[in-house]
Amino acid sequence: MSESINTIAADAEELWQLPDKGQVGMACLIVAETAIFAIFVVAYIFYLGKSLSGPTPAEVLKLPIVGTVCLLSSSLTVHFAVAALEKGKARLSTLWLAATVMLGAIFLGGTAMEWHELIYRYGLTIQTNLFGTTFYSLVGLHATHVLAGLLMLTLVLIFGIKGKLNSSHAHRLDMLSYYWHFVDAVWVVVFIVVYVVGI
Amino acid sequence: MTETTAVLPYGDHSHGKLWLDTVASWITTVDHKRIGLLYIGYALVFLVIGGIEALVMRVQLSMPNNHFVTPAVFNRMFTMHGTTMVFFVGMPILFGFGNYLVPLMIGARDMAFPRLNAFSFWISAFGGLLLYFSFVGGDGLYGAGTAPDVGWFAYAPLTARIFSPGHSTDYWILGVFLSGIGSVGTALNLVVTILSLRCKGMTLGRMPLLAWIYLVTSWMVFIAIGPLTAAQIMLLLDRSLGSHFFDAQAGGSAVLWMHFFWIFGHPEVYILVLPAFGFANEIIPVFSRKAIFGYPAMVAATVGIGFISMGVWAHHMFTVGLGPAGNIFFVFATMIVSVPTGIKIFNWLATLWGGKIHFASPMLFSIGFLFQFLIAGLTGIMLSVAPFDWQLGNSYFVVAHFHYVLVGAILFMIFAAFYYWYPKMTGRMLSETLAKWHFWLFLIGFHLTFDLMHVPGVLGMPRRVYTYEADRNWGSWNMAVSIGAIIQTAGVLCFVWNMIRSYRKGKLAGADPWDAWTLEWKTSSPPPHYNFAEEPVVESRRPLWDLKHPNETDTEYE
Amino acid sequence: MSFAGILSTPTTFAIESWPMRFFHKIPFLSGGPTSIFSPQATPAHAIFGVSIFVLAITLTIFLVVAGLLAYTLVRFRHRGGDSATEPTQVYGSQQIEVLWTALPILIVLVLFLATARIINVTERARKPANALDVVVIGHQFWWEYRYPTLGIVTANELHIPASDPAAPTPTYLTMTSADVDHSFWVPKLAGKMDLIPNKVNVMWIDPSQPGLYLGQCAQYCGMAHARMLIRVYVDTPLQFAQWVANQKQLPANSASAAEGKKIFENTACINCHRVAGTAATGKFGPDLTHLASRDTIASGIVKNTPENLRMWIDDPESLKMGSMMPKMHLNEDELNAVTAYLTALK
Repeated sequence: MSESINTIAADAEELWQLPDKGQVGMACLIVAETAIFAIFVVAYIFYLGKSLSGPTPAEVLKLPIVGTVCLLSSSLTVHFAVAALEKGKARLSTLWLAATVMLGAIFLGGTAMEWHELIYRYGLTIQTNLFGTTFYSLVGLHATHVLAGLLMLTLVLIFGIKGKLNSSHAHRLDMLSYYWHFVDAVWVVVFIVVYVVGI
Repeated sequence: MTETTAVLPYGDHSHGKLWLDTVASWITTVDHKRIGLLYIGYALVFLVIGGIEALVMRVQLSMPNNHFVTPAVFNRMFTMHGTTMVFFVGMPILFGFGNYLVPLMIGARDMAFPRLNAFSFWISAFGGLLLYFSFVGGDGLYGAGTAPDVGWFAYAPLTARIFSPGHSTDYWILGVFLSGIGSVGTALNLVVTILSLRCKGMTLGRMPLLAWIYLVTSWMVFIAIGPLTAAQIMLLLDRSLGSHFFDAQAGGSAVLWMHFFWIFGHPEVYILVLPAFGFANEIIPVFSRKAIFGYPAMVAATVGIGFISMGVWAHHMFTVGLGPAGNIFFVFATMIVSVPTGIKIFNWLATLWGGKIHFASPMLFSIGFLFQFLIAGLTGIMLSVAPFDWQLGNSYFVVAHFHYVLVGAILFMIFAAFYYWYPKMTGRMLSETLAKWHFWLFLIGFHLTFDLMHVPGVLGMPRRVYTYEADRNWGSWNMAVSIGAIIQTAGVLCFVWNMIRSYRKGKLAGADPWDAWTLEWKTSSPPPHYNFAEEPVVESRRPLWDLKHPNETDTEYE
Repeated sequence: MSFAGILSTPTTFAIESWPMRFFHKIPFLSGGPTSIFSPQATPAHAIFGVSIFVLAITLTIFLVVAGLLAYTLVRFRHRGGDSATEPTQVYGSQQIEVLWTALPILIVLVLFLATARIINVTERARKPANALDVVVIGHQFWWEYRYPTLGIVTANELHIPASDPAAPTPTYLTMTSADVDHSFWVPKLAGKMDLIPNKVNVMWIDPSQPGLYLGQCAQYCGMAHARMLIRVYVDTPLQFAQWVANQKQLPANSASAAEGKKIFENTACINCHRVAGTAATGKFGPDLTHLASRDTIASGIVKNTPENLRMWIDDPESLKMGSMMPKMHLNEDELNAVTAYLTALK
């Protein structure tokens, strides 16, 4: 009986290919996170025009061009970082990672400045009206995810600076970059819903 | 005769070890089998607590104008009973079995991410403890230490700070939120394990149906838990930062909470029932001595249920005023989901047909499941007829219906799963005598309680009432329902005693006491911590059947 | 769909049909003041009709499937001697799968069409010109009823005129909530409809038999949810006219009640309650203008007697735990006076 199992094993060996753990896992996480974001987007759209008072989006929002360009470019830079690490070019990869972190930080800084103006110049807070409620929660949820991604990227950057990165880490960095791309894709949706359609 | 790997079972190298070392090893374990047992043990403790909460309610409701507990206490009881049973009994026990069984059934060494597995358990466990801490730590308008009393679905704006002052509602939000994180983590692990760690030869079409069930269930978790998490964040923001998501005064919508909650809530009940179907898919064939009838149809039905159940949520909102178009759409979607569900029942019937049915304890409970799930499904169809729901909704008819599913179908199958897999997990058989006492007591109690419970609903008794008027004719029905609860308790006590006693005194099980066909029966009972000495290689859906019947293997029928 | 034609549609059985009479005869199902199987108005009748249809279908399905199951368990049980051989393995059959997919889809289609029809009938019925309009506002834990066309405001006891099927005069209830979600459920008259803050729902009822119809709040709304009872008085046209006339009148000034009135108007009572024609214009609590004309107090939970009223004013928690009405801390004499004042508000 065990004989036949061994023969089968030999045949099955070549053909047995299963999906990569990291990719499947990250895909699952992205689906779950998408579900959360979708609900906040639905709430935002549902409450458009329903505020009983206070500033409207058209009155106070400005297109965050700089931040958006930075964030979307950071997807490119992190892609280059992964490609470089796959080829074993750890120093180059570290440089690209630094660029990614910097671009992400600029995005967050831009958000902070935008919120500062909204609060202190226009008096719009999460308590002000339905627009304030849905705006800060949606953009804030996204910013939190950017922050989490940035922390992870910074961790990898530190490893890179200390010279501890090599090509065997490329796959994990690739998985992290999937998360980062997801965060950027969410921003595209948020940008369109909040700053384009919702005005 | 199947091979067993001769290995020391768990804990045998504990001679001379401190008790503390054993506890530490359980706390720090990343072994899917131990984590599964932790989930199951945790769920059983909460099953008892949730059961006590139910008994308190049944005593209070056994006669009109009763004063066993105050309305404040009663309202906390139904809130905690529902929240506990769904999030801290149902989910953990089903994920516990999934954790234990799935890697074994697909010939894997462990789950894909063992540390994530442990993290998911501990964060869920913490969520439960946090929820129960509310009894001590929450404070409501009427005194210190109150558990949440807003119902397990916590409708807005009752949950707003102004209508629910103090922190009891916040405990509900946070406790359930944390358990949601744990659920997503475990679901992620299950999906990756099933897709990426199957042993050689086990294509998706050769996996045990239980693995398919957990695959679909886990995907549903990803899509359904998100809305709950989002809604809870919104509620938390409303209560703590003064936002207006569900604040009617600011133009917010109470109906929005209902939509978000039920977009989670309806798939959630399918998340709870699908694993029960998974157990049935494994147990019914073995005790009929026949392969499951229509494996591909069963897979298709499972996936179909997964999809359709995402689109039926507003049948919980037929009385909210969605308008005729909305009502009609959700009637249709809800009725359609009965088609794949019915297919499953028919396939189980066809599996039994022509077989040689053995009425051992796992099968007794499976038979109860079959009859009771049929009835539950039919009362569900009644409720899907929106005008009928306008009368029956939010009444004790609905309470009877969903307990018929949760207890009559799911809990019965969980009992069946215990009797079936306890030997694998502990190496010892449960006592069949005690099992029969458990079964008959629980069956009688269950039917006394939940068959009769439909009647007060028809007679106009709404849910969540701490008492009722004497002139409504509900009193004697409620009394009988309450007596049934006590009989069920007796049955469960037999079960608990059976598990405790059999741990040391049960007959030794061996690797394959039921003469079954899936991979978990190929290794010892309990399995060694690495599961299989050699990675299995399979050629069909029932690898052990092939080994036992080399002249008529399943491979010919694929 | 015209109003008068609703009862004659095929899926709503005529009142005299045999299933209706059969059900009416099962005491444990149709007895009791709030049974859904004892319909007394068109919406409840329509629902009853479709529910019998559904019950018939589901009962048939149950008998067939459960019967097959029971038969299978008996016929194919393992018998003592022959455990050595396994039965013939059957893996599936495409034809059978198609059959038991197609058949349920057909049943679903039939059920769906029957249901859709009743939804349209109830929710899209055209409102007759002489319908009575009542605005219902749910509160924790009482019901406010306003009659905009008649200029009446009252609480907890809803009076409506009986509707003659030949010339229907249904009552249209326009409903919302002042605080949390509630639900208006009087089973003999109609299905329930929720009262949601910031949302307006509409339902209608047309009972033809005068009488008292009971119900209660059916959406958990807080501590005293179980005590938020509903009483619908279906009056003959004469009774209704008399009731309306009485409600429109201002309360008479009675000498014995003067002292109580003074206390009432100088205490926090007027912050919550309204008595027409006086300084009391509060909106948070029930309108008390004609309190003494009601049979019950505290949304139907106790009879409206001076003793109960006095107890209620003295300590609302003792009658209704969770009530929003605070203890007024009146002394014995003040209590007697206020009670005398309120019992004079006929």
